[in-house]
Amino acid sequence: MSEPVTALNNTSDATGIAAVSEIGPVGMITLRGDLNASYLRKAAAQIAGVDVPAPLGCNSSDNRGIAWMSPDELLVMCPYAEAGETVEKLEKAIGSNFATAANVSDGRAVFRVSGPLAREVMAKLSPVDLDPAIFKPGMFRRTRLAQVPAAFWMTDDETFQIFCFRSVAQYVFDVLKVAAQSGSAVGHFPLAEGQSANT
Amino acid sequence: MSTRLATGGRLLNKAKPLSFSFNGKQMRGYQGDTLASALLANDQMLMGRSFKYHRPRSVVASGAEEPNGLVNLGREGRFEPNARVTTTELFDGLEAASQNHWPSLEFDVGAINARLSRFLPAGFYYKMFMYPRSFWKHVYEPIIRHSAGLGKAPKSRDVDTYEHFHAFCDILIVGGGVAGLEAARTAGLSGARVVLMEQTDHWGGRAPVDGGTVEGVAADQFVENLVEEIAAMPNVQMRLRCMGAGVYDHGYVLGYERLTDHQPDAAGPRHRLWRIRASHVITATGAIERPLSFAGNDIPGVMLASAVRDYAVNFGVSVGDRTVVVTNNDNAYLTAIALRHAGLDVPAILDARVLPQDSELMAQAKALGIRVLMGHAVASVQGSKRVTGVAVCSQAGEGAVLEEITCDAVAMSGGWSPVVHLWSHCGGKLRWDTAHACFSPDVDQPPKGADGLGFVTPAGAASGMFALDDVLHDAHAAADGVATSLGFKLPKDLTAPHAERREETPMAPVWMMPQGAGTKLREKAWLDYQNDVKVSDVRLAAQEGFVSVEHAKRYTTLGMATDQGKLSNINGLATLAGALDMEIPAVGTTTFRPPYHPISMAAIGGEARGNVFQPIRRTPMHHWHETNGAEFEPVGHWRRPYAYVRSGESTHDAVMREVTNTRKNLGLLDASTLGKIIVRGPDAGRFLDMMYTNMMSTLKPGKCRYGLMCSENGFLIDDGVVARIDDQTWLCHTTTGGADRIHQHMEEWLQTEWWDWQVHTVNVTEQYAQIAVVGPNARKCLEKLGGMDVSAEALGFMDWADGEIGGFKVRVYRISFSGELSYEIAIDASHGQAFWDALTVAGNDLGIMPYGTECLHILRAEKGFIMIGDETDGTIIPQDLGLNWAISKKKEDYLGKRAQERSHMADPTRWKLVGLEATDGSTLPDGAYAVGEGTNENGQRNTMGRVTSTYHSPTLDKGIAMGLVLNGPDRMGEVISFSNLEGAPVEARIVDPVFYDKEGKKQNV
Amino acid sequence: MLVLTCHACGVTAEETEFHAGGEAHLKRFGPGSSETDFEGYLFMRDNPKGVHFERWRHVYGCGKWFHVARDTMTLEVFGSYSAQTYTPPDDLIAQIEDKRPDWTRKAATA
Repeated sequence: MSEPVTALNNTSDATGIAAVSEIGPVGMITLRGDLNASYLRKAAAQIAGVDVPAPLGCNSSDNRGIAWMSPDELLVMCPYAEAGETVEKLEKAIGSNFATAANVSDGRAVFRVSGPLAREVMAKLSPVDLDPAIFKPGMFRRTRLAQVPAAFWMTDDETFQIFCFRSVAQYVFDVLKVAAQSGSAVGHFPLAEGQSANT
Repeated sequence: MSTRLATGGRLLNKAKPLSFSFNGKQMRGYQGDTLASALLANDQMLMGRSFKYHRPRSVVASGAEEPNGLVNLGREGRFEPNARVTTTELFDGLEAASQNHWPSLEFDVGAINARLSRFLPAGFYYKMFMYPRSFWKHVYEPIIRHSAGLGKAPKSRDVDTYEHFHAFCDILIVGGGVAGLEAARTAGLSGARVVLMEQTDHWGGRAPVDGGTVEGVAADQFVENLVEEIAAMPNVQMRLRCMGAGVYDHGYVLGYERLTDHQPDAAGPRHRLWRIRASHVITATGAIERPLSFAGNDIPGVMLASAVRDYAVNFGVSVGDRTVVVTNNDNAYLTAIALRHAGLDVPAILDARVLPQDSELMAQAKALGIRVLMGHAVASVQGSKRVTGVAVCSQAGEGAVLEEITCDAVAMSGGWSPVVHLWSHCGGKLRWDTAHACFSPDVDQPPKGADGLGFVTPAGAASGMFALDDVLHDAHAAADGVATSLGFKLPKDLTAPHAERREETPMAPVWMMPQGAGTKLREKAWLDYQNDVKVSDVRLAAQEGFVSVEHAKRYTTLGMATDQGKLSNINGLATLAGALDMEIPAVGTTTFRPPYHPISMAAIGGEARGNVFQPIRRTPMHHWHETNGAEFEPVGHWRRPYAYVRSGESTHDAVMREVTNTRKNLGLLDASTLGKIIVRGPDAGRFLDMMYTNMMSTLKPGKCRYGLMCSENGFLIDDGVVARIDDQTWLCHTTTGGADRIHQHMEEWLQTEWWDWQVHTVNVTEQYAQIAVVGPNARKCLEKLGGMDVSAEALGFMDWADGEIGGFKVRVYRISFSGELSYEIAIDASHGQAFWDALTVAGNDLGIMPYGTECLHILRAEKGFIMIGDETDGTIIPQDLGLNWAISKKKEDYLGKRAQERSHMADPTRWKLVGLEATDGSTLPDGAYAVGEGTNENGQRNTMGRVTSTYHSPTLDKGIAMGLVLNGPDRMGEVISFSNLEGAPVEARIVDPVFYDKEGKKQNV
Repeated sequence: MLVLTCHACGVTAEETEFHAGGEAHLKRFGPGSSETDFEGYLFMRDNPKGVHFERWRHVYGCGKWFHVARDTMTLEVFGSYSAQTYTPPDDLIAQIEDKRPDWTRKAATA
């Protein structure tokens, strides 16, 4: 098999008020089922090495994690190369119970927006309250990014990880670049102590 | 003349002189000037021509309410028409040009309209251009189009960028005057998240101009202190140059921030549209002074008294050397006093009122030696391009001139109207305030939010409070009440600042000056400056039966210009009420609609321009297609190769080549856009039997079946091949446009109807690149790459299998949409391009060529396969298309089954699918109708069919088509006639829709 | 533009994240149903001025359907509730009756 190629070949841009880069490939598995069922929680936790997160959250450790997608859906993250076998492991752990695991690693693109003004870049494109008092690291939100569906996860105080469909990767990268263009700092969110930003 | 004063100009930075040009003439101004103040400082009183009569016009106001001062601004990629001089901040190198005149501002041919104004009254256009009917299109409209419109349309592409910003807050305060500032301070101290926005570039509003003392300090010092206090609050965000443009449902507010209009070379976006969700909105939007209606009130040099005062105090500009003040209230006396303090002459104050005793301000004016004429009015203003004097009369009379006073400016004040626009946008009601003759917010009837409670509170002048002390107390109380209702607590003992009160005598409503003015004077008294509507026009409308204010507005165009009647509304209403002999509140107001002041279309569009105007979906092989001659066609948001055009080829040539090559050798199609949905669970088979017209539960693992999907209406909505993966798992292919729609369709039924069924769906459309390897050499090509057994024995027609080809992990479906030997191969998208490359290398000596969607269409049409969107249009049922074989007779139910039993659906006269061949071998026109005998009840020719797909088939070397024809399948061989927009009707024979390989041998080898 | 709370994931968001799905609590009529019943199911919809029960989908969010009780005139939102039910919850009905004394509940939602 060839080397996997992400939608934009890991392109990046750091000319604006926040750095934008395509990361990945990331192993991603859609896991649907009863999120309260212990067989499912155990299987997911064992494979990802973290607990199933509360609604609207994401737990992670190193390059593995679990994001809460909907009341009956999780996104299990793992190294790309392990996605296939991870699906098999999940299926085995689930056994005859009613749950579905599917590899979606190649169907998505993953971006990172980072810097003290990352919140502002995201707030230009998504109708979500990103005030630091409201939206905190560890939170995961599915929403609209300009004109396409997307999800974002705050990995730390100044970093968002964004998930979108692979076919719109170029659009998402371009629109993030426009939102992060230099001279476009809004100054809306208070910076954390010690933070300073290019505007 | 108008000029710059030696003193004054609190907003100017005289250390920063700027140069700019107006109509090519170089002028000087200062940082802090508006274009209006700078023009006046350069004695450029004449700024434009009016819309209808081309009257000479200058500014009448100093802010956003200005109706006259519109100019073309900038050039090329930064050209903008209709920029308001009063809201345009001066910057170095600014270029402005006046508009709406020809050949020049000074000499305008269009001004002839003014001479003809007697013949151009309200409704003139409606009456004049009705007859003869044919004249509209050929005579009237071209002439009107030539002369209509304000400003020029930009010709170059806008070079700037724009953006949106989504903000959330507890309390949004619109307006940065003393009311807004006091409200922000109070709300800020409660701990609420507060955003305060002000449309101009400075805080404080009118208070520093109008003076007064607050808490022992002058108003401007008070403002400075307040701004400093608020700026230190981390929970309050202050934004200048940001206008509250509109208030909408559920606390949605649009803010319009102008970032670089005053510094065009700065980096970053030009405008930012704030999309704010506020729990509560406080409108501290102030009030606007009203003009007075007297003859000649539009002559350059006649201005609102407050504007004359603003220009003197804020910008150090005198509008004239000798200014006559005309008023019906005390407030305008401030202008007279300010002018005198600036060393200018005020020959007289004409006060329409007759008062028993002098107020404080009157006494002050008199003490300065200003002549005050009570009960007097302006009979008419003298001058044309500039005021030269006023004729004075008594307000009570009909205009007999008592005296003429030489002057070069007139400052008028008809009282003040609260800016209630934002209060009203989302349904806030108004009440008539008799004492101030204005509409103000009825706080008992606010606009209501999601919780059913009011979410807008007016504060200060915007709520009808005009004295400084009242304004501050009202704003404080408003913020206190709002913060408390949201659960925030104010510090104990927090009180409103106290301002010294000034005793004022009441204003007296004056709607026409003089009261008994006859037609001659009324025809020269302007209500709406920008749209050229006069007192006489509104009276005419009333006379002609336009008793509703909304009708009168549209008939006269009063308030319909870009200023939306900020100055003219109340005067217009009062005039209408007078003509109808009604009370003003009984006439009511017209509707206040957002935006408050024009905002740029580009700001509304935000980031969506250029390459991110809309999302374009690309497959993993998109780049390869681009570099290999693909011409793309949009399919939803996807871009799919239409054909790969080689040099020297036309697009048509390329398509023909691709068809022939695929039939003879080997074709490669990027089919990645097809929808792929996993349907899994114990009830998946039962569920798919409901989704599809045919039986899917009986499909064996390892097998594929073509399926049809209908809506509950019975109409065909999608088709595709379904593969059964294992006992509980199916993979459903959809059309390119159907992937998201069908996934949602499935989820809707699972979530809202059969929620107890155990079924999961997962949309894996983009997980896979899918490549169709098509043609007689398809197997050879795959075998060359090596790997899994793809022989007819191992992988028969309509089978699928997982395996490896050329070292790639793939899933291979033996399905064919072309009638040829065909493998559709799914591979993880991240390897799609590599696998495509491997195929092109392996197929190199097998005649491999990529083909596009047009070739795909011809291949399928030659085989008589239907295409969703060609043969279907949302009104077609499978039975129309001869697809009865794909409709299960055994199933009790499927979506659409009941609907297909309706009489109209079962009607034997529904048009049915057939093949069509023009008798001369030509290609039938797409969408052409088959003409029948006679005409219908509307006298139109009867039809009996239409073409749904039509192509030139290179395989058969003739035109082939599919169509729906009345009793078609029973009329094989019959020749019918199709209309043709480009010439004589075309004769075509009804034939079997399968044109090529009727037995299906080629795909099954 | 409305603000709604998705009953499935609990997110409160603006209308652009949602997709409206029309009247709630329709009863499906399939094969064997009368022409009148089928017509009513397929075509006849309530369009009240006032209290209305609607279907919404959190299309840009969790993807789930839910129900909303709303006043079509004032746009007041009374509440969101599960899509997996045939009738609105009693406490929601009580709340609406309290706020809208003149409102009478339609048979379909009873």
